[in-house]
Order: sequence, then structure tokens, then C-alpha cells
Amino acid sequence: MKSLLSLTVNGRQRDDGVAGNLLLVDYLREVVGLTGTKIGCDGGECGLCTVLVDGKAQHSCLTLAASCAGKDIETIEAMSDGGRLNAIQRGFHEKLGAQCGFCTPGMVMAAEALLRDNPDPDEDTIRTEMASNICRCTGYVKIIEAVQFAVDEIKANPNSKQEAA
Amino acid sequence: MENMPAFRLHRPETAAEAVRLKTSDARSRYLAGGTDMIVNVRRGIEAPETMIDLTAIAAITEISEISGGDGGLRIGAGVKLSDLAAHADLRRDYPAITQAAASVAGPTHRRYGTIGGNLCLDTRCLFYNQSQWWRESNNFCLKHKGDVCHVAPGGKRCFAAFSGDVAPAMLVYGAEVDLKGPNGARTIPLVDLYRDDGMDHLALEADELLVSIRLPKPVAGTVSGYEKSRIRGSIDFPLAGCAVRVTMDDGKVADIAIALTAVNPSPHIVTGLDDFVGRPLDDDALDKIREMVRSQAKPMLTTTVRPWYRRRVVGALARRLTAKLAGA
Repeated sequence: MKSLLSLTVNGRQRDDGVAGNLLLVDYLREVVGLTGTKIGCDGGECGLCTVLVDGKAQHSCLTLAASCAGKDIETIEAMSDGGRLNAIQRGFHEKLGAQCGFCTPGMVMAAEALLRDNPDPDEDTIRTEMASNICRCTGYVKIIEAVQFAVDEIKANPNSKQEAA
Repeated sequence: MENMPAFRLHRPETAAEAVRLKTSDARSRYLAGGTDMIVNVRRGIEAPETMIDLTAIAAITEISEISGGDGGLRIGAGVKLSDLAAHADLRRDYPAITQAAASVAGPTHRRYGTIGGNLCLDTRCLFYNQSQWWRESNNFCLKHKGDVCHVAPGGKRCFAAFSGDVAPAMLVYGAEVDLKGPNGARTIPLVDLYRDDGMDHLALEADELLVSIRLPKPVAGTVSGYEKSRIRGSIDFPLAGCAVRVTMDDGKVADIAIALTAVNPSPHIVTGLDDFVGRPLDDDALDKIREMVRSQAKPMLTTTVRPWYRRRVVGALARRLTAKLAGA
């Protein structure tokens, strides 16, 4: 049985009929067509599917779409800055924070959530606050450097777009 | 992972409506943050026909002072673990609780996982928290669909371990829980919420919902803490966890409480600590506490880490934490 779901995805209001058991990640990928959010472990262990729900990082594989009624969802597709990479994405590019790249959308979203709450985290804080995201290629050093790059970029140029809305 | 089974979803806005919806379907389950429940549904451990999403109930998401009576704090069951961990009054007055909340899973889980869900967390076992095909190829287990407990094949009881982090920290403070059910509301000590049975570890009546937790007023001079051992320091369930609350008076123990998690089917309050009241916490006393904790912990082969190690670790955690707090 489907019910009507009204919510905002990347700033756009949407109304879709969804089944009660539809997961947010499947809603985003299959219904909305935003395939930037990846499915990894499918059980909340790896962080690949991290999106922002009302500005906070959340696993879209453990969240029901219908539970997000009235909420504001942001995905990796909203992170770019007017068609250009934003500071966090530039960090992953410049510091080689992505190898195979599969964890990267989740990493960028987790970093985005972190920098909104805390624009100047030290290395320990970055490590702790991004602990829900697993990368199987790198040793995390490059990922930490990527986030630190973004912190410095945003400090140097406060007008650069860090957040989507 | 397996496909999501079909179920109806309700999003009530009051606890009373949630309980009413719950009673209307015998195969219904409450759903809070979903960090554990959704995983269990997809693994076929839970097979609800109706799920009652509790995240739209605004009244259970607040932390407030209890007016009247002896005072204290009331914590709504829907409070997110990250908000609990960051709460300034709680950090000051009940540090074991905020430390425990800050150690649950990883940071993302804590942003939507709730305290109510953590207290009501299902017990865990190597032979239970597995996919449908894994469990099926092992002829299931006593806790779910099977006849044999693979941890203790000769016995007829389930040893799955309660692995919530926050329960022991709330137990050392003598927390109470407010429950709402089809037959009305009641308040019971948190310790009475648990049963020493891995198969059925919550003493909730049918359809009863945990709506809030009550903490008694803090006692001046009391210190507390929580420590856990886990495989990955960044994200795991505890292999063993320990909360300690102690009040010292002129170098001697005025009051002490220790509670353990992940080593028994229910969180365990260590008994026999009254003997230490009026004594200093010297090496001899600390060694005795360590051995008491080790003898009362009953870890079984419910994790990939051997029980003897978890028994040694939980004693070491208790001794170290008690020494640190008593010296503070």
C-alpha cells in the first residue's frame, strides 16, 4: 500500500507515492533518479549511503522514505557550487582523497555535516566525526587531508559555497 | 542483504496513538531510529506486518527537569544519542551517561539513534545477528526459529548478550523508566526492565512503549564514568562495557555502584559492593573489585572474541575506571 510522501530533495519540493517499506536510499536512486548516493554494506556499517536529513548525516539504507515526510534531504548531487566542485570536493580532488571513489559520496556528505556543525575541526575531531564512513582503498590519511584542505579553503574564502541551500 | 519485506507503516504523533496502533495488529513492531531494527527486519529476524514509526512523536524528544517530588531529570525516549551525549547538564551531573551515549556505534548512528532504542536494544549473538541464509544453513538457533543454542548446545536457554552502552550508565544512577501501554502508564526501576534471558530480555508487557527515563537528582561529590572494549575503537558494539559511580568522603567510599554490559543477557548491577563503604579504595580494594566483577560477568561465545578475554577485560575496565574516579 502506497501513501503520499511530501518532502524536499536538494531544495526541490516533491510529492511521490511510496510504499511503507521503501528505504530512503532506494527512493533517492530509483524514484528520484539520484544515483550519486551509493549502496555499500546495506546495513549501516560502511557509511556509503550517507545523506543529510534536516542538515544531519544519516544512513539512507536504514531510513524509511516515508519517515522523512516534511524533511529536507540533501544528497551528493547538491554539493557542487554552481556547476563547479565545492571546497570539500576540491579537497578530495587535490589531495587524492578518492581512489576507487565508491565511498566518496558518503565521505563528502559526512564531511559536509561535520563542517556545518564545526567549521574548524582538528584532526582528531575529523577522525572521530567521520568514523561512520569506511574506505577500503586508502589509509584515511588522504581523506583527512582532503577535509583539512576544505577547512582551509573555506577559511580563506568564506564566500565559497560549502553548503547546498 | 535481503530485500525489505512488505509492511504497513504508521507515523503517529502521540504516544497514546502509537500504543493504540500497536495493539491493533499482533504482528507489529515499534520503530525508533532504526539503526538496529531495520537491519533485523532485513535479516528476517523481525517480520512485522505493521511498523509504528515513533519519530514523529514530538513529546518524547525533550530533556526536562522534573518539577515536584524529589526533582531530577526526565529524558524523552526519542532523544537522539548525540543530543544526549552533548547535553551540558548531563555532562556535568551524570558523566557516565554522556560518555556511554558518546560511545554508541559511530557518529552518524548517534545522530538518529535514540536513547529509547538503545535501552530496548535486542540481545546480540554471533549465531543470531546474521543473514537469513547464514542462520538457515546453521539450522537457525534457539533465539529464533531453531531448537539448539549453538553457544551452549546442551542447555535450553539463550545466552545472547545485552549490548546497549547506556543502560549500565543509567543503572548506576538508579534510573527509572516511564512506560505506556494499553492498560495505562506505569513507572518502574530501569533494572526491572530487564530479565536475565537472552530470548526475552525485556520485561515489557504486550504493546508497552518506553516513553521516558527519570534520573534522580545528582548527589554532590559524586563522580562517574563509562568505558568499553570493542574490536574497532571507532564504531563497534561493546565486547564488554562498565559504568562506575562513586562518592568519596574524606578518602573513603561513601557510596559505590558498578554496572556491566555485553557480558550477560541483561545489563548487570554488580552486587556485594557495600563491603567497600567506609574503606579507602587502595590497591587491595581495587583488586577485590576487579575479581568481583570478573566472577559476576558471564560472557559466553556470543562474539568473535573469546569469553575468557572479555571476562578479563571487564574486570580490568572496572578496576581502572574505579581507580581513576576515586583518585579524581
